[in-house]
Amino acid sequence: MSSEVVTAAPGLEFEEPILTIEGRIRELERLGPANETVEEELRQLRRQWTDETRRIYGQLNPWQIVQVSRHKDRPYTRDYLNLAFDEFVELHGDKFYGDDRAMLTGFAKLDQQKVMVVGHQKGRTYKERSACHFGCAHPEGYRKAMGKMKMAEKYGLPIICFIDTPGAYPGVGAEQRGQAQVIAESMYLMSQLRTPIICVVIGEGGSGGALGIGVGDRIAMLQYSYYSVISPEGCAGILWKSHQFAPKAAEALRFTSAHLQGFGVVDDVLEEPLGGAHRDHHQMASRMKHYLTRTLAQLREIPADDLVQQRYEKFRQMGRFLEADTAAT
Amino acid sequence: MAIVERNDQAETKSKVFKRREIPAGLWIKCGGCQATIYSKEAQKLLNVCPKCQYHFYVSAQERLEQVLDAGTFEEWDNHLRPTDPLKFADKKSYAERLVAEQERTGMTDAAMTGCGMIRARRVAIGVTDSAFIMGSMGSVVGERLARLVERATEQKLPLIIVSGSGGGARMHEGILSLMQMAKVSAALSRYREAGGLFISVLTNPTMGGVAASFASLGDLVFAEPKALIGFAGPRTIKATIKIELPPGFQTSEFLLEHGYIDRIVERSKLKSEIARAIDYCGW
Repeated sequence: MSSEVVTAAPGLEFEEPILTIEGRIRELERLGPANETVEEELRQLRRQWTDETRRIYGQLNPWQIVQVSRHKDRPYTRDYLNLAFDEFVELHGDKFYGDDRAMLTGFAKLDQQKVMVVGHQKGRTYKERSACHFGCAHPEGYRKAMGKMKMAEKYGLPIICFIDTPGAYPGVGAEQRGQAQVIAESMYLMSQLRTPIICVVIGEGGSGGALGIGVGDRIAMLQYSYYSVISPEGCAGILWKSHQFAPKAAEALRFTSAHLQGFGVVDDVLEEPLGGAHRDHHQMASRMKHYLTRTLAQLREIPADDLVQQRYEKFRQMGRFLEADTAAT
Repeated sequence: MAIVERNDQAETKSKVFKRREIPAGLWIKCGGCQATIYSKEAQKLLNVCPKCQYHFYVSAQERLEQVLDAGTFEEWDNHLRPTDPLKFADKKSYAERLVAEQERTGMTDAAMTGCGMIRARRVAIGVTDSAFIMGSMGSVVGERLARLVERATEQKLPLIIVSGSGGGARMHEGILSLMQMAKVSAALSRYREAGGLFISVLTNPTMGGVAASFASLGDLVFAEPKALIGFAGPRTIKATIKIELPPGFQTSEFLLEHGYIDRIVERSKLKSEIARAIDYCGW
C-alpha cells in the first residue's frame, strides 16, 4: 500500500525533503531492470530516505503533528476494520432520526474475538467526505453509538472506539436535535457500561465530539494524533483573535500524545511506522491489532463490578488543583 | 435537620463583587429591549428588566441568596484552588489571569458549591458564575461539582446545579478541562443509580462543554427566559454553514420548542418552582 499512498499524497510542507527522495526513487524504479550504477544510487537514496524521515519525524512540533493527524491518507476507522479485523458487520441507524455516516458502528471479529466497533469516519474521496461531514458527527451519530454500545453490553461484547473527529458538527440541525444532550448522555452511559471499553484516538481528538465516544477502561493514542479541549484554530481565534496563530495555540494546548500521557489522561501511546501511519497502513493496522488483542485479554479478566469501579476512579482522579490549607482560607 | 449557620466569609465576598451588566450607574441600558431603566428597580426584581423581563447576569453569590433560605448556605470545598498545569500563555499567562479574575470577582474559581435549605428542604447546590473566565470549567470547577454530586449521593440530598457558563470547558487547562465533563457526568450517573433527584437550571449563557455534560443531565431541566443555550457557539455555526441563523436560535424558548428542557422559569419563581418539584418527587 505504501507506494500508492505516497504517490497520491499531497506533501505536507515539512515533508518536502522526504517526498523529493521518494520521487527520485520512483523515477529510477520505473526505468525497469537496473544496472549496477542505478542499483547503487537506489541503495543510497533509500538510506537517505530513512535518515531524512527519521530526522524530520524526530522533531515534529505540535502544529506539524496536527497536520499529520489530518493527513488525507491517514488510516481511518474503515481502514482498521479492513486490515486489523477479520470481519465487520455494519449496523446502521439510530432508530430515531437517521444514519449518520460520520459514525461507523457494527459487529467485528478481532482474531476470532467478537466485539462491537464504534468509530468516527472521515471519508477518503470528496463524495465520501461530504457524506461523512469530514468526521463531524450529528446527534444521530451519538445516538447510534449509544444504541450499539448498549447492545454490546447486553450481549457481553467488548467495545472498541476509534476517535477521529475535528469536533461534533456545528450546525442548526445538530443543535435542534440536541448535540449537547447526546454527548452528555453518551459519557454518562459509557461510565456505567458493564463491558470492557477501549478507546483509541487514531487521528483528531476534537473536544466534546471525541469525548462523546471516549469514556473507557483504556485510552490510547497514536503517536502523531492529538486530543484537545478545542481545535488549535478555534483556540487561536478566541485568544489571539486570529486563526493564523493556530501553531502557537497548538504549542500552548499541550495536546500531543506525549503530553497527554504525562497528564494521566492517556494510558498507552501506539508508535507509528517511520514517517507516520499514512505511509504504511498495514504496519499500523498490525500494531493496532496487537495492542487491541493484548489489552482486551487483560480487561476480560476483570469482573464487571471492578471494571466499572476502576473506570469511575480513572476519570475521577483527572484534573490538577491545589488544596489550600483549610484553616487559612 | 439542622439549620446551617451562615458562612460569614461568603457574605463578605459578595460585597466586594463587581456586578457585570448592572453597572454602578443609576440608569442602565437593557441588553434585551435596549430601554434605559432605573438600576434600583431592576435590582428589586432580582436583576430582571421591568420592561421586557430580560434576565441580567447575577453572581453565584447573589444566586445562592435568591434561591436559598436566608443564612442557610454552607460552602463546601472552597479550599480548592486552580493551578496552571499547562503553563498556558496567550497574550497573558493563565497564572496571571487567574489572580486577576480572583481579585476582580472575589471568587477562587468559577463555581461555588455547598448545601443549604430551599423552603426548609435541605439540598446540595452548585452555581457556576459566568464572570469568572466565562464561567468555564477547569479542574477546580469539575472537582467541586464531582464532590458535590458525591456528597449529595452519600447524604441523599436533592441536587441543584445552576449553570452560567459561556466558556464551556476551559481552554487554559487543556485536556484536563475536557476530562472534567466525563468526571462530573460519571458522578451524576452514579447519583441517578442511587435514586437521586437532579434539577439542572440553565441561565444565560450555558454553552459548549458545560451544556454537553452536567447541565443537560438533569432529571428536570429548567431554564431562565431568553438565555443563550447550546453546544457550538453561534459564530462557529455561522462560519461553518454560511447561512443566517434563524431568529431565536439557541435560546431557552428554542430549546423548549425542540424538547430539551422541561420548563422555562422566571427568576422570581425559581425558588418556589424548585421546592415544588422536590415535593412532587417525594423528597
